[in-house]
Amino acid sequence: MHRHSPVHRLPAEVKTVALVLFVLVVVFTPPRWFGAFAVYALLLVAVASLARIPARVIGPRMLIEVPFLLFAVLMPFFGTGDTVQVGGVTLYVSGLVAAWNILIKGTLGVFASILLAATTPARDLLMGLQRLRVPSLIVQIASFMLRYTFVVRDEMARMRLAREARGFQATGVRSWPVLAQTAGALFIRSYERGERVHLAMLSRGYDGRFPDLGGTVTVPRDWVRGLVLPACALMVAMTALALQR
Amino acid sequence: MTVPSLAVEGLAFSYPDGHQALFGVDLRVERGERVAVLGPNGAGKTTLVLHLNGLLSGGVGSVCVAGLPVEPANYPEIRRRVGIVFQDPDDQLFMPTVRDDVAFGPANAGVRGEELDRRVLAALASVGMADFVDRPPHHLSFGQRRRVALATVLVMEPEILVLDEPSSNLDPASRRELADILRSLDVTVLMVTHDLPYALELCPRAVILSAGLVAADGPTSTLLADAPLMAAHRLELPFGFDPRHITPA
Repeated sequence: MHRHSPVHRLPAEVKTVALVLFVLVVVFTPPRWFGAFAVYALLLVAVASLARIPARVIGPRMLIEVPFLLFAVLMPFFGTGDTVQVGGVTLYVSGLVAAWNILIKGTLGVFASILLAATTPARDLLMGLQRLRVPSLIVQIASFMLRYTFVVRDEMARMRLAREARGFQATGVRSWPVLAQTAGALFIRSYERGERVHLAMLSRGYDGRFPDLGGTVTVPRDWVRGLVLPACALMVAMTALALQR
Repeated sequence: MTVPSLAVEGLAFSYPDGHQALFGVDLRVERGERVAVLGPNGAGKTTLVLHLNGLLSGGVGSVCVAGLPVEPANYPEIRRRVGIVFQDPDDQLFMPTVRDDVAFGPANAGVRGEELDRRVLAALASVGMADFVDRPPHHLSFGQRRRVALATVLVMEPEILVLDEPSSNLDPASRRELADILRSLDVTVLMVTHDLPYALELCPRAVILSAGLVAADGPTSTLLADAPLMAAHRLELPFGFDPRHITPA
C-alpha cells in the first residue's frame, strides 16, 4: 500500500471509528429521505477522489453485496397496502421502499468499507482495533486468520492434488465421504499447526497478550480530520430532519 | 571453569501417554561451540529441544542456560536466552508482516520505539533480509522464510541458538547461504539434524542421541567415520560421501 493521500495517512483506528459512525448515521436515516442518501453518496465519492482510488478498483469490489441484494429484489412482490403498476406488474409500495432501504444502505456501507480497506493495510487495521481496546483475543484470531489463510489454502491445494493424482474425481454424492475425510484431515492438520505455532510463540516470550508494536502515534488532529466524514453525514441528516417538519 | 552455555544433567522425561522419550541425557555445551545433535527418528531430539526453554518440563534432571536453571520463575529470561528455530518456518512466522514477527520477541521483553526498530533491522540485515521488512511472510520463498525465522530469534540476542533441522526442504543454494550466515554469527549453536554432511560442515562436535540417551559425543568427523557406531544408531551418510576426505569446518 502506498501512503500517498491524506486518507491513507490517517491512523487506522480513526478511519475505523469514522466508518462505524458514518454507517450508523446512514442506517438511522429513514428510507424516504432520498436527498440525504444522494448527499451521503457524494460524500463518499469525495473521499474516494481525495484518496485517489479509481472507480475501476471500487466497482468490482462492490459486487460482494450482490448475493445480499437478491433478497431485496423479491420484496416489492410481496406486501400489503398500496400498489403501483410497473410495466404490467403489480408492485407493493411498502415492498419497494423496503427494497430501496436495503439497497441504498447496503451499497453505502459497502462503498465506505471498501474505502477503508483500500486505504489501510490489513496489518494496520488490526493494530487499530487493538488500540480501540477491542478484546485482544479477537484481534489475535483475526491476525492469525490473516496470516494462515494462505497457508491453509496451499495445504488444501496439495491435498486436492494428492487426491487427483490417485485417480479421484469429485462426481456427485458418492464422492462426498472422501471430501468429508479431506476436510477432517485438514482440520486436524490445522489444529496441530496451531499447537506448533503456540509453542513457537511461547518460545519468544508470549504471555497471553500481544505486545503493542507501536507504529504511528494518533494525535487529536487526526481525530478531527477523520471525523469530518461522519460529521458531514450527521449534518446532512439533521438538515433533512429540519426540512421534514 | 567457565559457566557453560548449556548444561543438561540427568534429563529424563515421559509423555502423559506413558511413552518415555528421554532416559537421562547429559550434555554440556561451552560458550561459542557449535554442536550437532544427530539421531534417528524417535530418538528424543525434539523432546530434548522442547526442554531447553521449558516448553516441556516435569521430568527428572536439570537444564541450565548460562548458569540459570530452566524453571517457571525464570521462563521469560530463559526464553530470551534460548533461541529456538523450529523446523517449519510457517509455524514460527505468525505475524502479518516480517517486521512485526521479528519485533514480537523483543516487544514481549518490553523493548519499544526506535530501539525496537533498530534491533529488528539489525537482525534482518544479519540474515540478508533487510529489504523484506514490510512483506507478509507468505510472499517469501521457503529459504527466505527460514532466514526470517532465524532473525526472529537472533533479535533476542540469545545465549544459545537451537536449530531444528535447519537444512530441511532447502535447495542447495539456500542451504549454503544459511550455512554462511550461521558461520558468521558469534553465538553458541545446537543443531538438531539428519543432514550429516551439513553437521560436518558446520559443527566441529557432535552428539548422537539414540533411544533417549547420549550414545556418543566427540568430533563430528570422528563419529561420522565410525561405521559400526553409525550403523548401530540408524545413521547413514549420503551415497558417495566420505567424511575422511573432507576438511572439517
